[in-house]
Amino acid sequence: MPLAFAWSDFAQQVTSGLAAGAIYASLALALVLIYQTTNVVNFAQGEMATFTTFIAWMFMDRGLPYWPAFALTLLIAFAGGVGVERVLIRPIEHRPEIVIVIMTIGLLIALNGLTGWIWGPEVKAFDSPFPNSSVIVGGVAISVRDIGTFCVCLGVVVLLWLFFRFTTLGLAMRAVAFNPDASRLMGVRVGWMLALGWGFAAVLGAIAGMMAAPTIFLDPDMMIVVLIYAFAAAVLGGIDSPVGAVVGGLLLGVVINLLGAYVNFVGNELRLPTALAVLLLVLVIRPTGLFGRRVVRRV
Amino acid sequence: MTRRWVGPALTALVLAGAVVLIVFLPRMTSEFRLGQFTYVAIYFIALLGLNILTGYNGQISLGHAAFMAVGGYTAAVLILGQEGFKLVGQEPAEIIPKHGITPIWTIPIAGLVTGVIGYLFGLPALRLAGVSLALATFAVAVSMPAIAKRFEHLTGGGGGLSLPLPEAPFGWDISPPHWLYYEAWGAAGILFVVAWLLVRGRVGRAWRSIRDGEVAAVSSGVSPAVYKTLAFGISSAYAGVAGALFAIQNSYINPDTFPLTLSILLLASAVIGGLSSLSGVIVGALVLEFLPIYAQEPPVFDVNFAKQAAPVVFGVVLMLIVFLMPGGAAGLLRRLTRPIVAAASRRS
Repeated sequence: MPLAFAWSDFAQQVTSGLAAGAIYASLALALVLIYQTTNVVNFAQGEMATFTTFIAWMFMDRGLPYWPAFALTLLIAFAGGVGVERVLIRPIEHRPEIVIVIMTIGLLIALNGLTGWIWGPEVKAFDSPFPNSSVIVGGVAISVRDIGTFCVCLGVVVLLWLFFRFTTLGLAMRAVAFNPDASRLMGVRVGWMLALGWGFAAVLGAIAGMMAAPTIFLDPDMMIVVLIYAFAAAVLGGIDSPVGAVVGGLLLGVVINLLGAYVNFVGNELRLPTALAVLLLVLVIRPTGLFGRRVVRRV
Repeated sequence: MTRRWVGPALTALVLAGAVVLIVFLPRMTSEFRLGQFTYVAIYFIALLGLNILTGYNGQISLGHAAFMAVGGYTAAVLILGQEGFKLVGQEPAEIIPKHGITPIWTIPIAGLVTGVIGYLFGLPALRLAGVSLALATFAVAVSMPAIAKRFEHLTGGGGGLSLPLPEAPFGWDISPPHWLYYEAWGAAGILFVVAWLLVRGRVGRAWRSIRDGEVAAVSSGVSPAVYKTLAFGISSAYAGVAGALFAIQNSYINPDTFPLTLSILLLASAVIGGLSSLSGVIVGALVLEFLPIYAQEPPVFDVNFAKQAAPVVFGVVLMLIVFLMPGGAAGLLRRLTRPIVAAASRRS
């Protein structure tokens, strides 16, 4: 608890909040990508991210430099995401929502156990490509790692947006999310578009995992808390809105960081329950979130 | 003309057999095994409650361990009384008696307290359906340990609260583990009958109608608000009783006694046993207690896997159940016994 309020301190809290928020935004966007197309919340998203982050760690442990390991991990994550959709979700896609949720929970349990089984439960250090130093901008010390994390996460989000906006494949994927039946009639291969969506979501998750790991350290349970923040961010922005997920993630990162720093009652321990309170409040007061579409129920 | 009584008679026979088995089991096993079967009873109670909510009413809960924690802490605080737990500059509420309450009486109180809290949580949950509710309850489960640590003047924080092993009442000459076993199974029996009466009657019909089509239920005069919050309250009360028994049996409670993993595995076991079936609940409870043990050390092969083998097997079993037998163990049982019952019912 700072004794006197200082603007430089405040700005520092905001920037580190933005870095954390960028990680939440990536994972939230992954959730939204899958929700938009498959209409299900993927509870295994965090564990998929953890698993791929461990793969990256393994590559680096064997002596691969950071960026090749990073790229290789993203490829594996993509293949894994596509595989999960093809093998686990496809056969049950027309069953009730609750069945698919339970399937992703099964995947969550299995992947969490598998990560611990293969790599052991002990906490591991994970390298960051960015130095742990800070630069002074206008009297405010900003961590280089925070800037790097923010740029990588947001860079990928922008790339993804360009892909969806300007390529034929991106258009086809948006068409499937909007109206699968009409898309199928137009000759779009709906099944493969859904699988691609899962692949991209897995890539986003892997990036979130690799960016989060240097700060929160690598262990099989590391993404569970991040996943809750991502859920809260996605719900805050509107669970079917990609823009909302990114804005929600950044907003949540900053607000939680500020509350933790300046509100004595919240402190360090109650950050997570605060995110939960945000989640509940949004769900109850404005279920569509900030940017979501209202779904009209037909009788 | 068929013999309509054959089916119910068989059910009654199986139930009677189960009761006999439960009563005489303590004579056949070691005290260590007995403790495991006490946990089976506790999981049985929690899963009954979860099945009422998720199976019969269609409201998915990924946070039932948090409700168990509420029950566990209620019981622990009441048992210890004012003297027992550490105070960090704060006076305990005056309603907590100074010298504690006999453990057995804390169990219904814990059920009641948790039921009220669950009912209150059910009010905002009314606006959530399907995935949103799963999210909200998941967040509750993740946040519970942090909340318990924050209010350490009541919960003892990370250090937790230690509880004494209760002695059998009325001068009954059995050891505490035996008494706990009978206590847990007694509660399980009572709550099983209550659940059975609930789901077969008007309330159960209302719950199922909301699950299968909320609009149709409203058109028939069933109020979703009333019945959904009722399901939440009753389900939480079950979780509270289970949590109280768990804390007493465990002799210890801290924020990690009821982790997120337990919430997730509870839902998994409910599905493995079979949603909206009371007979499957016992299978779910047995799986939840024994699968982690046998996954680590399979009884047939001479191998010893890591502790992490258990969740892998659990997850894979859950996924296979979703693929292959959506009705869970109860669905399989029904499919196997139907021809037998049908054959026995036919008059030659």
